[in-house]
Amino acid sequence: MSLLMPETGLVFWMLLAFGIVFFILAKFGWPVITGMVEKRSNFINDSVKAAEEANKQLENIKIETEAILAKAQQEQMRILNEASELRNQIIQDAKENALVESQKIIEDAKRQIQIEKEKSLNEMKGQIAELSVDIAEKVIRADLRKENQQSELIDKLLNEITLN
Amino acid sequence: MGKKIAVILLFVCCVFPSGIAWAEKQDTTQDLDVKGIIFDHISDAYEWHITTIGDKHITIPLPIIVYGEINGFKVFLSSQLHHQSSYCGYQLGSEDGKYAGKIVELNAAGEELRPWDFSLTKNAVAIIINCLILLCIILWVSKWYKKNPMTAPKGIRGALEMLIMSIQDDVIKPCVGKDYRKYSPYLLTAFFFIFLNNLMGLIPIFPGGANTTGNIAVTLVLALCTFFAVNIFGTKEYWKEILWPDVPVWMKAIPLMPIIELFGIFTKPFALMIRLFANIMAGHSIVLGLTCLVFITASMGVAVNAGMTFVSVFFTIFMDCLELLVAYIQAYVFTMLSSVFIGLSRVEHHK
Repeated sequence: MSLLMPETGLVFWMLLAFGIVFFILAKFGWPVITGMVEKRSNFINDSVKAAEEANKQLENIKIETEAILAKAQQEQMRILNEASELRNQIIQDAKENALVESQKIIEDAKRQIQIEKEKSLNEMKGQIAELSVDIAEKVIRADLRKENQQSELIDKLLNEITLN
Repeated sequence: MGKKIAVILLFVCCVFPSGIAWAEKQDTTQDLDVKGIIFDHISDAYEWHITTIGDKHITIPLPIIVYGEINGFKVFLSSQLHHQSSYCGYQLGSEDGKYAGKIVELNAAGEELRPWDFSLTKNAVAIIINCLILLCIILWVSKWYKKNPMTAPKGIRGALEMLIMSIQDDVIKPCVGKDYRKYSPYLLTAFFFIFLNNLMGLIPIFPGGANTTGNIAVTLVLALCTFFAVNIFGTKEYWKEILWPDVPVWMKAIPLMPIIELFGIFTKPFALMIRLFANIMAGHSIVLGLTCLVFITASMGVAVNAGMTFVSVFFTIFMDCLELLVAYIQAYVFTMLSSVFIGLSRVEHHK
């Protein structure tokens, strides 16, 4: 039974010791520890949040960079395309010009040839006429030495004329 | 595997010779007073008995502080009572009297009277030692925190931080509610005080070994602290729920419910007091009883004694491990229930 009866003396000492411990720890012990731990955990939370934010920003920047890069590439492609088109255009133009020019030259040459041809033909005509007159003169001179032959020719000529 | 065998061999080597040695000795002596040994240990004492070597008792004498009606205020060492049966009119109560083992004084008729006894008994000294240890540990940790803000502690400090924060975050915060900060110093002190005292009680030699938390005076003070923490700071709603609860009017017209509720105010801390006291006292008793098994069976022959010694040591180790668990669990339960009771006293008006 004595086990169940609290002793006054022990209650007194216990109250004293526990009270002092409580007051000292409540002032210098627990608040310092729990406060510091909470502060630290808040700090860690904030840091994690800040890091996340930074990561997000970094991601955005990455996306932006990629967009810029893609745009630049597009621009490059466009410029290249334009340049090649221009080149093709120039070549085409040059080809056409050359064709036109060459045709012109050919036509000129043809015209020249024509003119030359006509000229030479005319000349040839004159010469042929002269030659034929000469030949005819000579023929006539040779054949008309005999009398009968002269009359024969005259007859033949007359015949021909009438026949015509 | 080799390690295991070595451990078992060591165990056997330790256990057998001591058992046999005791068996030889016990043959000549009388029956062992197991009840006496257990009660001696779990009850308080005026001196701190450490061990007995042969016939020599090694004890630490402790101061006795008494104030009696007849003999007045006296302070003396407990060793004075060993040299002579009484000192300045104070003596130990007779074995079959009402105050067996306590300091008494005799009045003119020869009756034993109990003086005001503020002696620093074994338990009182143990509590003071444990309090000093607790203060050293916690202040050591908090000093480090002041010096190294924003750094996570390592080693023992880290373990203590984990323990402190687990009590604060998992017990106090959810149980007390929103103004837990006001109560957490008391609850943390209570937890670590009980935990440390439980652990020190498990250490069998000098600074430990006192059955502090298994003493009803100690648990009474702890329960009273919770009682006051609950009732002094109780909200209006808390008192309304006790005196005029939300039940049909006929149940409170004959004040049936209020009486039950008023009883509840006292039974809650009473249960706290008895729970802690009984658990720790029972733990100490079982460990001691199992240890005594070696000496009880000493007279039954070497074979029985050796076998029982093995059983005893095995179960004692098992019980000590269990007590280690109980030391934490009881401190945890006391803190948690105190938090719950405080939380219930902080109720806000709800619809």
